Amino acid sequence: MPATLMLFWTFAAVAVASAVLCITRTSPVASALWLVMTLFQIAALFVLLDAQFLAVLQVLVYAGAIMVLFLFVIMLLNLGRLSITDIKGPVGLALAAFLAGALGLQLFIVARTAPPPDVALPAGALAAAAQAQGMVGAVAQPLFSTYLVPFEITSVLLLAAIVGAVVLAKRHI
Amino acid sequence: MLLGPSLFVSALLFTLGVAGVLLRRNAIVIFMCVELMLNAVNLTFVALAQSLGVAGQIFVFFVMAVAAAEAAVGLAIILAIYRHRRTVNIDNINLLKG
Repeated sequence: MPATLMLFWTFAAVAVASAVLCITRTSPVASALWLVMTLFQIAALFVLLDAQFLAVLQVLVYAGAIMVLFLFVIMLLNLGRLSITDIKGPVGLALAAFLAGALGLQLFIVARTAPPPDVALPAGALAAAAQAQGMVGAVAQPLFSTYLVPFEITSVLLLAAIVGAVVLAKRHI
Repeated sequence: MLLGPSLFVSALLFTLGVAGVLLRRNAIVIFMCVELMLNAVNLTFVALAQSLGVAGQIFVFFVMAVAAAEAAVGLAIILAIYRHRRTVNIDNINLLKG
């Protein structure tokens, strides 16, 4: 087995194990911390998939900003230690297992299909582009040319989110 | 090529996220499971970007921006609900239940 594949499966196994722990821990704080672990492992997988810039972004935005927001809200609501579990009983467990299993089965069937070879780039094309333009440049060049309008709309979306969060969280406006 | 294994792992992570949403009653934990599902989709995008071009990575960039906005607004809504109901257990927030 090549070293890359071995690293991939190591990170993937830790990611899946942390995700299982995230959805089964009773304490919301423990859940949040296991989710941070999963996000870090996914960042490592991004590096293995030639997306170094997104890996850095994943750690900064997801594991950094978003999860700190979650932990702050858990702290504000004082949900640190719950005496009773919030995991549903046997009926809910069976229903969740059935629905998630059915969805998982469908996803695995879809995941087995590879993109058609006539549209696929040759192997290593992305790494070559990153070599030529720099890792950030390879992403930034199309982002600020082809996808400039969506990028600007994203800034409006973030502004709306800021205003919305302030309006919702404020007691009296 | 890591495409096949990546799609397998991201399908598994998405399934775990769905299971978490269906399994938990705490609104904040449900929200975290939604983030897990978004990350699984991001992994799919990055894996397919290797063979279909860098556009996939740019979509992940946008997904992250939307996820950040969604987390901010969603957590503000949860805070507002907690202020009214003194709970974030979704069994007690069932006004829309038929």
